[in-house]
Amino acid sequence: MKVIGYLGLALVVAMILVPVYFIVVTSLKTQPDIYSDPLTWIPNPLQPGNYSYVMETVNFGTYLRNSIIITVILTVVQVALGVMSAYAFAFLRFPFRNALFLVVVAALMVPNQITIISNYALVASLGWRNTFVGIIVPLAGVAFGAFLMRNHFLSLPKEIMEAARMDGTSFLRTLWRVVLPMSWPTVVAFTLITLVNEWNQYLWPFLIADTDVVTPLPVGLTRLQQNEGLTNWGPVMAGTVLTTVPILIVYLILQKRMIKGLTAGAVKG
Amino acid sequence: MAAAGAGPLHAEPPRRKRGWNWREIGLAALLLAPNLALLVVFTYRPLVDNIRLSFYNWNISSPRMRFVGLGNYVEWFTSSDSWTIMANTVIFTVAAVAGSMVLGLALALLLDQKLFGRGAVRSLVFAPYVISGAAIGVAFQFVFDPNFGLIQDLLDKVGVTAPNFYQNSGWALFMVTATYIWKNLGYVFVIYLAALQGRRKDLDEASEIDGTSPTRHFFRVVLPQLRPTTFFLSVTVLLSSFQVFDIIQAMTQGGPLGIGTTTIVFQVYQETFVNSRAGYGATVATIMFTIVLVITLIQVRLQDGNDA
Repeated sequence: MKVIGYLGLALVVAMILVPVYFIVVTSLKTQPDIYSDPLTWIPNPLQPGNYSYVMETVNFGTYLRNSIIITVILTVVQVALGVMSAYAFAFLRFPFRNALFLVVVAALMVPNQITIISNYALVASLGWRNTFVGIIVPLAGVAFGAFLMRNHFLSLPKEIMEAARMDGTSFLRTLWRVVLPMSWPTVVAFTLITLVNEWNQYLWPFLIADTDVVTPLPVGLTRLQQNEGLTNWGPVMAGTVLTTVPILIVYLILQKRMIKGLTAGAVKG
Repeated sequence: MAAAGAGPLHAEPPRRKRGWNWREIGLAALLLAPNLALLVVFTYRPLVDNIRLSFYNWNISSPRMRFVGLGNYVEWFTSSDSWTIMANTVIFTVAAVAGSMVLGLALALLLDQKLFGRGAVRSLVFAPYVISGAAIGVAFQFVFDPNFGLIQDLLDKVGVTAPNFYQNSGWALFMVTATYIWKNLGYVFVIYLAALQGRRKDLDEASEIDGTSPTRHFFRVVLPQLRPTTFFLSVTVLLSSFQVFDIIQAMTQGGPLGIGTTTIVFQVYQETFVNSRAGYGATVATIMFTIVLVITLIQVRLQDGNDA
């Protein structure tokens, strides 16, 4: 029984790692070495030329910078908006609270792919094409995070909020001193979900960014593939590795929290 | 207006009377306004606008629009391309859901056993889920390269000639589906594993004492306990695979032979931005949203039934 288990384990590991090895190794091969049949498993010679090519001639440095700018701004904005909305829905009394909450949550049902046409026309008419504003603003609204944070806030002990209320503690103090210290794991989960989603965001930036100035990594990568793919896989594979390494480093450090965060929707409250 | 942070917000004891606290309402407005404004402008407005646009012939880069009534809908429902595209969408979605759920459950059952190194394998299997679909698409286009790729080399070693994943529509759709499953398997697996670990261990022991065969035990005891998880996953994976764009764009751009791997999402993009027929694209988007809506409503219905 154990033997079958370990065989299965080995098979799974191979299924994940063999393609990864193949991709990484290709990125280090010379062109004649890539176009050889049968393929070579150990590159001869091993050379980093494809990497210097994509960094110097294809602007991968700029793509990396743009990805960082877009991801960081969107993550900060979305987490702030999500916490603010959740605070209002969980702790404040105001008219139409349930209806407005429904408006926020129902947005989850609307895929980005459906809103692109009208949003593209709007963004183009504002002159926002090829700008960070044009990429970031339409993606900044939060539905899932607001839902996640609100459910967490509602699970906090009522007495503590009552005490803060009695003491006449201001909103910002209540948020910083009372609510957030009891909420860090959920805030971290929310942050990591947003980070991964925004880093991998494709369709919208693909439509809005025509020039390298604002193009993020995934879009830059498919542009490189369209120019060089099939005939010059080396640089394309180097670009793939560069696109994935930053998020994999984050994953390596925070894997437990990241798995928890990205599967948070599955936990029924 | 209560400025955020300034002044005591809840100075008086909470009123239990009917009246609203205006400071509280003011603060709520301040906290909610930016997010609501963004959702209204960039999610709900385009959703409604889509319906209006679907009645026009329109090139997205020009202001001129010609009203055609239901013309775009008639065209979509009578065009043979639409049915090929719907068939592609259904095949891709069903294969993606079935494939990732069966493999994900098998993997979860495997790693539920006490095996050395299972923690590391769990992390490894989940890793592709955090990687960009575009990057995985690009990489796997090369993995499937019919002349110099990994798959053809492995098949060659066992004496099989690789199919042409680039030129043959059926195999191209297979390539895209397999890549999607490779990326998303970790998600299904992790959620199944969590559900498995939360199952009733006393029932396992009972089966052991009764001498129930492992197969029978799985279908009669384990699988029924996983029902809510199976339901949740099938809907989630269904909706997310229905919306895949990046992998298709990176691997096939909807081809070969024009629409070999075009799904309904890809058609929205293709008509609007490549064929310059934004009105028709909006029609396809509206049809697509109707499908998403129906799936979601069915889910909510069944979910309520499950909980009751």
